[in-house]
Amino acid sequence: MATIEELVARAEPLKGPHVIEYPFRRSCGPVLSKFFTGLREGKLIGVRSETAGVLVPPAEYDPQTAEGLTDFVEVGPAGKVVSYAWVSRPRPMQLLQHPFAYALVELDGADTGLLHMVDVGGDESKMSVGMRVAPRWKAEREGSVRDIEAFVPEAEARPAPPVIAEPDEPVKSVATPLRLEYDFTAGREQSIFLRALASKKIVGARSPGGDLVYVPPRGTDPRTAEPTPDFVEVSDKGTVVTYSIVRVPSENIHFELPYVCINVLLDGSDIPFFHVLQNCELTDVRLGMRVQASWAADEDLTESVESIRYFEPIDEPDVPFEQFKEYC
Amino acid sequence: MRDVAIVSFAQSNAASEVRSEVEILQPVAAEAVKNSGLARTEIDFTCSGSSDWLQGQPFAFVMALDAVGSWPPIKESHVEQDGAWALYEAWVKIQTGEVESALVYSFGKTSPGDIAQVQALQLDPYCVTPLWPDLDSLSAIQARACLEVGVVTERAMAEVVSRSLRDARDNPHAVRKGDHSVDDLLERPFQVSPLRELDCPANSDGATAMVIVAGDRAKQLCDRPVWIRGFDHRIDPPALGTRDLTRIPSAKLAAEKAGAHRDKLDFAEVTAPYSHQELLLRREMGLADDLSVNPSGGSLATHTLMSCGLNRIGDAAMRIAAGKGDRALAHAGQGPCLQQNLAVVLEGE
Repeated sequence: MATIEELVARAEPLKGPHVIEYPFRRSCGPVLSKFFTGLREGKLIGVRSETAGVLVPPAEYDPQTAEGLTDFVEVGPAGKVVSYAWVSRPRPMQLLQHPFAYALVELDGADTGLLHMVDVGGDESKMSVGMRVAPRWKAEREGSVRDIEAFVPEAEARPAPPVIAEPDEPVKSVATPLRLEYDFTAGREQSIFLRALASKKIVGARSPGGDLVYVPPRGTDPRTAEPTPDFVEVSDKGTVVTYSIVRVPSENIHFELPYVCINVLLDGSDIPFFHVLQNCELTDVRLGMRVQASWAADEDLTESVESIRYFEPIDEPDVPFEQFKEYC
Repeated sequence: MRDVAIVSFAQSNAASEVRSEVEILQPVAAEAVKNSGLARTEIDFTCSGSSDWLQGQPFAFVMALDAVGSWPPIKESHVEQDGAWALYEAWVKIQTGEVESALVYSFGKTSPGDIAQVQALQLDPYCVTPLWPDLDSLSAIQARACLEVGVVTERAMAEVVSRSLRDARDNPHAVRKGDHSVDDLLERPFQVSPLRELDCPANSDGATAMVIVAGDRAKQLCDRPVWIRGFDHRIDPPALGTRDLTRIPSAKLAAEKAGAHRDKLDFAEVTAPYSHQELLLRREMGLADDLSVNPSGGSLATHTLMSCGLNRIGDAAMRIAAGKGDRALAHAGQGPCLQQNLAVVLEGE
C-alpha cells in the first residue's frame, strides 16, 4: 500500500477506455419522410425551390426565401460527380473498408450535390470530376441514406431490387446510433485520488489558505482557481448530509432496487462525497447518521471508486444538524 | 459603439496532453488575468467556448469553471463554439453597458478521442452523419472543387504550407514547424487526395484565455491596448450540396461588416485548417496577395479545436501589442468547409 508521498510522486496520469453510446432515433418530419420512403422504394426524391432549383436531399424550406417547399420530384437515379475526395485509408467507422471516394453527386434533374460514396473497386484512376455514376442499391432497404451502398460507374449499376415486402406506412424516423471511443486521461490530481483508492486511502487536496479540504481533489480551489498541491488523507468514516432513494433501474447500476445514495461528509474533509449506502433499512436512513466505507477485498482493489463497495452505518451517535448544515 | 480593448492573452498548445482540461486551462487563465492588471474578482463577466463531445463528458464546460474560480458567484456564460464566438458574446455584453470587463477562454483536448468521428457529429444527422465522412474528406472535396475551377492550384497550396511552417518556427506554441520547399511538399503522398498530410490541420490539445476591458480603464491597464474596431459573424447554409464550395459568402460579408478595408491592413490571422482555405479566405475577404497572413503559422502549425479561432485573434492582438503592426484582421471559422465565419478588426493605440 503506497503512501501519499509515493502517490504524489508518480507523475504520469492514468488513462483508461471510455465509451459513450447513444441509440438515437430521430423523427424525420414530412419532407425527409418523402426522401427516405423513396429510398426504401429504390427512388431518389428531391424538391423544387424557386431560388435554388431542385434540392436533393429535399429541404423543408427554400434556402434563400425560407418559403415552405412541397413540390417533390423524382430525380436520377444516375448523375455526375461534381467533386470528390479519395479516401485511401478508410477509418473504422466508415462504411466501405477498401479505398473509395466521398463525392458530391449531382443527380439528373437535380441542381445540388448529394454527398455519398463512390466505389470504383479501390482504383483511384477510375475517378474523375464529371464522371457518370448511379446507385448500387441494397437489397433490403429500410428508408435511410445507407440504402444506397455507394454510387458506382453508371455502366456497372443495376436497377434497385424490388422491395421485399411493401410497407404501407411512410418512413417516419431514422436510426442514427452513435458510439464514440475515448482513451480518457484522468489528469494529474484525479490520478492521485484514484491510485490512492487502490491503496485503501481517500485523498483530498487542501485549499491554498488551508481552510478547506476538497475530496476528490479538483486540480484547483474552485473558489479562487488557485492550484492545490497539498494532498492529505481523510477518514473513510463520515456523516450523511443528504441522501436520495433510487427506485429507477439503470443499466450501469448493480445494486438491488430500491437503494440509497448518499452525500457523505468524510471526517477531515469539507466537501460532501457521493456514494451508495447499504446494510441499512430505507426507513432508518437519516441526515446526521454515521457511516464508513466498506472496502473491496485487497485483491479487488483498483484505481476506481469501485474500490469502495459502498458505505454502511456504524455504531456512533448521530451528528447534530447544526454541525453540518453548511454542507447540505 | 463602446471602445473595447484586448489587454491580455495567454495560450497553451501541445500535440497531446495528459493533463485534465482543468489542469491545462488553470495556468493559462491565471496568466491572462495576471497580465491584465485586474484582480480576478474585478472582472465582471466570464465567457467560454468548448465542446463536451471532445472529451465525451457531458457538462465538462461547467467543470472547467474550477480553472477560473467562481466564488463569490460570477456572471458566466458558455457557447458550444470556438472561443472566438465567446469573445463576441463578451464584447456584446460590454456594448450593452452591463459590464466593463470580461475573461474569455476556450479549450479543446481532442487527442483522447477520434477527432474525425466527433467532428462528423456536427453534420446533418439524417443524410450525412450516417455515412461518417471525416472533415479531411469534406475539405478535400472542397479543395478539388477549387482546383477544378482554378481558384487555387496545388502549387499555391504548397506555398501556403511552406510559408506557414517556416513562420511557425518563431512561434513557441506551434506544434508543427519546419523548412519545406514547395517542390518537396508537392512530392509527398496524398492523405485524402487532393490533400496531403501537411495541407491538413496540426491538431493539438490546449487552451487560450483573454481579458477584454472597455474604454479608459483599458488605457490605464496597459501601454498599448489593442482595440476591437469591428466585429461580425455570419453563416452559410448547412447543406454542403447547396453551397458553391469555391466561395465563402459568409466570410466575405463578415469581413466587410467588420470594416476590414476601412483602412490599410498590416497583416491578418485567419483560421484556415486546410491550406486551400487560406487562399479562399484571401480572395473572399479581399486580402492583397502581398499581405502577411498567419505570421503565427496558423492552423497548419497549431490547431486546437474550439480554441484555434480565439488563438488567432489573440496572436494578432499580441503582435500589435508588441508593435509589429498597427492594424490587423483576425478571423475564426468553423463548421464543414468553413461554413461559419467571424471577423474582427484590431488596432493598436
